[in-house]
Amino acid sequence: MQPSTTLIYDGSFNGFLTAVFVAFDEKINVADIQRNGLGQSGLFSETETIFTHVEKAKRVWNGIRNKSHNAISQVYFAFLSETEGVENLLYDYIQKLMRTKNGKYLDYSDSTILHIAQLARKVGREKHRMEAFVRFQLTQDGIYFANIEPDFDVLPLISKHFRDRYADQQWLIYDVKRKYGIYYNLDHVEMVSLNLKDIHHNRTRKSEVFVDAEYDYQALWNDYFKSTGIKSRINPKLHTQHVPKRYWKYLSEKKEAV
Amino acid sequence: MNFDRVREKLNILADAAKYDVSCASSGSNRKNTNKGLGDASKMGICHSYTEDGRCISLLKILLTNHCIYDCAYCVTRRSNDIKRAAFKIQEVVDLTINFYRRNYIEGLFLSSGIFKNADYTMERLIAVAKKLREEENFNGYIHLKSIPGASDELMYEAGLYADRLSVNIEVPTVSGLKLLAPEKKHEDFTKPMLKVKNEIVRYKSEHKIIKSTPKYAPAGQSTQMIVGASGESDKDIMYSATYYYKKYQMRRVYYSGYVPVMEDERLPAIGSQVPMLRENRLYQTDWLLRFYGFSVTEILNKDYPNLDMEVDPKLSWALRNMHHFPVDVNTADKDLLLRVPGLGVKSVNKILHARRFRKLNWDHLKKIGVALNRAQYFMLCDSRHWEHRDLDSDRLKGMILQNSSGKFRNQYSTQLSLFN
Repeated sequence: MQPSTTLIYDGSFNGFLTAVFVAFDEKINVADIQRNGLGQSGLFSETETIFTHVEKAKRVWNGIRNKSHNAISQVYFAFLSETEGVENLLYDYIQKLMRTKNGKYLDYSDSTILHIAQLARKVGREKHRMEAFVRFQLTQDGIYFANIEPDFDVLPLISKHFRDRYADQQWLIYDVKRKYGIYYNLDHVEMVSLNLKDIHHNRTRKSEVFVDAEYDYQALWNDYFKSTGIKSRINPKLHTQHVPKRYWKYLSEKKEAV
Repeated sequence: MNFDRVREKLNILADAAKYDVSCASSGSNRKNTNKGLGDASKMGICHSYTEDGRCISLLKILLTNHCIYDCAYCVTRRSNDIKRAAFKIQEVVDLTINFYRRNYIEGLFLSSGIFKNADYTMERLIAVAKKLREEENFNGYIHLKSIPGASDELMYEAGLYADRLSVNIEVPTVSGLKLLAPEKKHEDFTKPMLKVKNEIVRYKSEHKIIKSTPKYAPAGQSTQMIVGASGESDKDIMYSATYYYKKYQMRRVYYSGYVPVMEDERLPAIGSQVPMLRENRLYQTDWLLRFYGFSVTEILNKDYPNLDMEVDPKLSWALRNMHHFPVDVNTADKDLLLRVPGLGVKSVNKILHARRFRKLNWDHLKKIGVALNRAQYFMLCDSRHWEHRDLDSDRLKGMILQNSSGKFRNQYSTQLSLFN
């Protein structure tokens, strides 16, 4: 029997796809696919480091997409969930997908396929939430700035939405947890890695970074938020179900509640 | 912009607009052109939720709460002694743009009290939309109210700038309208609806031939009815809703439980409970009509003019029509599966998908997420265990109610509570 091998990749999605390519190409008996630095070598397996290769990654991407458009988005979404061991699950998923004749009909009673679909769903939900819960604040340099702290790494997924929508303003969305952001410079979106010391929460105290009118508009928005609720129908449980408490500190209308 | 003045106006005019329940921002497909501001996403986004749990996706305000009419159900009626205010056109534009740029909202929902006359008011609403579209290059969602009695020319123009237009008929019956809003005629409501519907049809057919035809109200029309203000039956409400869906091709009809806002002997007194459960049952019926292939006469008719408050309308229909059941999940058609209580559209699709691979049993159905507490009595699957007993409807209803709970149940239960 072929010895099993642990593949180590650099943590990027392209890196992962390259690892899948190598595994298929060299018919490796994969023990595990691990992110660089988090690796734990197995007792009975060899390790092989994968160097990201965009062409190879692209072939895997196209291969999955030709099977099913839904599958490629599920793979990408599930990958961004950053769940431990997701790479292995995804590798299993891709193997199963490639074995089917028609990628449209996957059997959800298979635990891997179901698990990936559930992960993808969770990430999709988070993506949609972030499209709703980003609150821009206008800085003195004319950049609309927002902090977010999503459960999953959804910045790559939301960038197109914000690029299409706010095409005429500079904006920066910063992921506090993962310490990087996406910045739109009126032409294209680029990734920026910053280490912001002063995390601009929606504090009630004013910060000099932002223009004065910013706080006026926040006050107007807060007023609007309050006056649009109907007192005789109040339902706090439903409210927190829709707007979970962990997001409150970045929402200007909830800053008094935090 | 005078901040304090705008703030005061916003408080008054947002407060007055909140009884409009429509907050949909979906269904449009406006794209961002020439690096302008905004687009209207197909699915719509709820940016926040009020503390009563309703979504906030649009900046929902009145242009003014001055009104020449005296409709009993309305908070801004002429005879009501409240603070009045009016926005300038530029103020609404500034608010919308600045809220939108901060990702607070999907767009603007602009309604208004009627000052001077219908056309004058409609003109002002259109002026706001026009300014947003043409001067600010704004492609977000705009929902305008069609003012009852507005002329056809204005309604035509409104559709060119707005994504959705709506007239609230508020009172579902003509007799109720006479009682509560004697100054308004039923035709005033339907005339703008008809004009907009005809234009939408015309633009759609033109679009098939000439692709560059501009958009005309791409998110269609909607309307709203007040529930529990004029003593109408559920049948009255749903029949007139069906009429509006068919005749005017409404995208949505909203049902709004009446919130008492002032004393009037024609209406429920202040402090009486908002009929939230009834509202919920009406929405459930609405969904059955639009997505489950039910016709309104099956659910509500002469013998059953009101919905059952204890159980949902589908279960209540099934209990009256036991001869259709049980249904075999492994062989039944989609439209038959949709009629099984406890199966929603999503579950049905999952069942159809899963059926390709194997015969389904109770475990599979449970994993799919079927509400088995109701569904188990109405179907067969790949299992020896199913409801063999020939139960009558009342007994079955009792069994289902016993094994479930509902947050509104204490409101209609005749059983006295031991505690509290």
